Amino acid sequence: MTNSLPTRIASTLGFLAFWQIGAMFSDNRLLPSFSAVAFEMWRLSADGTLPLHLGITLARVAAAFTLTLLLGGALGIAMGRWRQLDAALDSAVTLLLNMPALVLIVLIYVWFGLTEAAAIGAVALNKLPNTAVTLREGARALDPALMEMARSFRMSRLRVLRHVILPQLAPYIVAAARSGLALIWKIVLVVELLGRSNGVGFQIQIHFQLFDVTAILAYALAFVMVVQLIEWAAFQPLERRVAKWRM
Amino acid sequence: MADVILRLHIAGKAFGTRKVLGAIDLALGAREIVAIVGPSGCGKTTLLRIAGGLERDFNGSLEWPHGRTPRIGTVFQEPRLLPWRTVRENLRLAQETPDDALADNLLDTLGLLQFADAYPGTLSLGMARRAAIARAFAVSPELVLLDEPFVSLDADMAAHSRDLVLTAWRARPTAMLLVTHDRAEAESMADRILELGDEPARIVAEIRVQAPRG
Ligand SMILES: Nc1ncnc2c1ncn2[C@@H]1O[C@H](COP(=O)(O)OP(=O)(O)OP(=O)(O)O)[C@@H](O)[C@H]1O
Ligand SMILES: [Mg+2]
Repeated sequence: MTNSLPTRIASTLGFLAFWQIGAMFSDNRLLPSFSAVAFEMWRLSADGTLPLHLGITLARVAAAFTLTLLLGGALGIAMGRWRQLDAALDSAVTLLLNMPALVLIVLIYVWFGLTEAAAIGAVALNKLPNTAVTLREGARALDPALMEMARSFRMSRLRVLRHVILPQLAPYIVAAARSGLALIWKIVLVVELLGRSNGVGFQIQIHFQLFDVTAILAYALAFVMVVQLIEWAAFQPLERRVAKWRM
Repeated sequence: MADVILRLHIAGKAFGTRKVLGAIDLALGAREIVAIVGPSGCGKTTLLRIAGGLERDFNGSLEWPHGRTPRIGTVFQEPRLLPWRTVRENLRLAQETPDDALADNLLDTLGLLQFADAYPGTLSLGMARRAAIARAFAVSPELVLLDEPFVSLDADMAAHSRDLVLTAWRARPTAMLLVTHDRAEAESMADRILELGDEPARIVAEIRVQAPRG
């Protein structure tokens, strides 16, 4: 948020110009120019392939994102509130946290088969410990003075959750969601590449076998643009709303 | 005492190995104001938390002779407002049954109506304290617990706030437990003053205030 919009636009345009001119000079099939990639993007969009695979991948991202946020969040809050549960699960969470993503994906495919559920589960499981640790931090930071205040006025469970607990967890939830999306949309491609027959990851594998860098970059660019759009349209307004009372 | 709303018998209260409260017996009339005075750290807040049912881990018993727990409005030692809700929302959220008229009336009395839609972070400490007082009365309490509600207010503001609490009390008399370290404040507001002292704390003196409240 430090850069102003004009600076951002200027730096993006500068990068694209540098790419275009550099590619034109090198004149190499493996280094396509921006205009070639943009044209490829348009071509793949016109016949419906790119939107189809992009849509499938985004659906997987959404499913894994929701799953990890709900399960990891609930687990983290529970661990933050109950010390015994925390002690019992802490080493498992740490193990999972340090497990390479690729190992988890391969193991889940081996154990559960190359299914859609396994694919989404593998992505979610990669992000789950991270979400749990973030929300555990949030649950530990809950202000006991406010909890006591809520108890003294006999607020209902729902009211306490909505007006006392969630506002305190909101910054942690936003942080987990943000870093979650950043990780998930990268891992999803690996999962698709290894065990799915559609989606952006699968398409990249196909074009990798043909050494078609133009198509690979077309898919990558489309995907990056969508993720950035989500950041602008969803996360930044959400963050502003959550912080409204701080002004 | 005819109509007792709270009957508390404490045999002892300890935090770990540290005994904070000794034997303390307290019966509070339904329209009585009792002040609790005593040196810092002697256990006044602990006594108030036990009386309000917030601290159940003690030796003794807490009885509500009316048969059910009364509605309690608490003013904690710090304002304890929800910073992410406006002043008005803070009052509403404390109310079990919504009563906007009462809430706005209290905000008006306490000079906070123009800040009703402000977030607590924008209030001065004095205003936040008054908002906490308004919240305690907004629940139509049968018992009001106040833990040094006027400290860190300047003398004028403290006197003004005392008047406001008494105004609210006169409009709807309730049982009230007021913790304070200010003897004059206790005398100006209470029917009865309990002085805590010793370690573990017990009631070392009980003074009945004769002069009319003012
Ligand atoms: N939750 C707790 N755990 C351990 N010790 C506590 C706890 N709460 C209070 N104490 C201790 O019990 C003693 C009495 O505390 P309390 O807050 O009741 O005193 P107080 O009379 O209200 O003091 P002050 O005038 O400073 O507000 C203090 O020594 C305090 O350190
Ligand atoms: Mg105290």
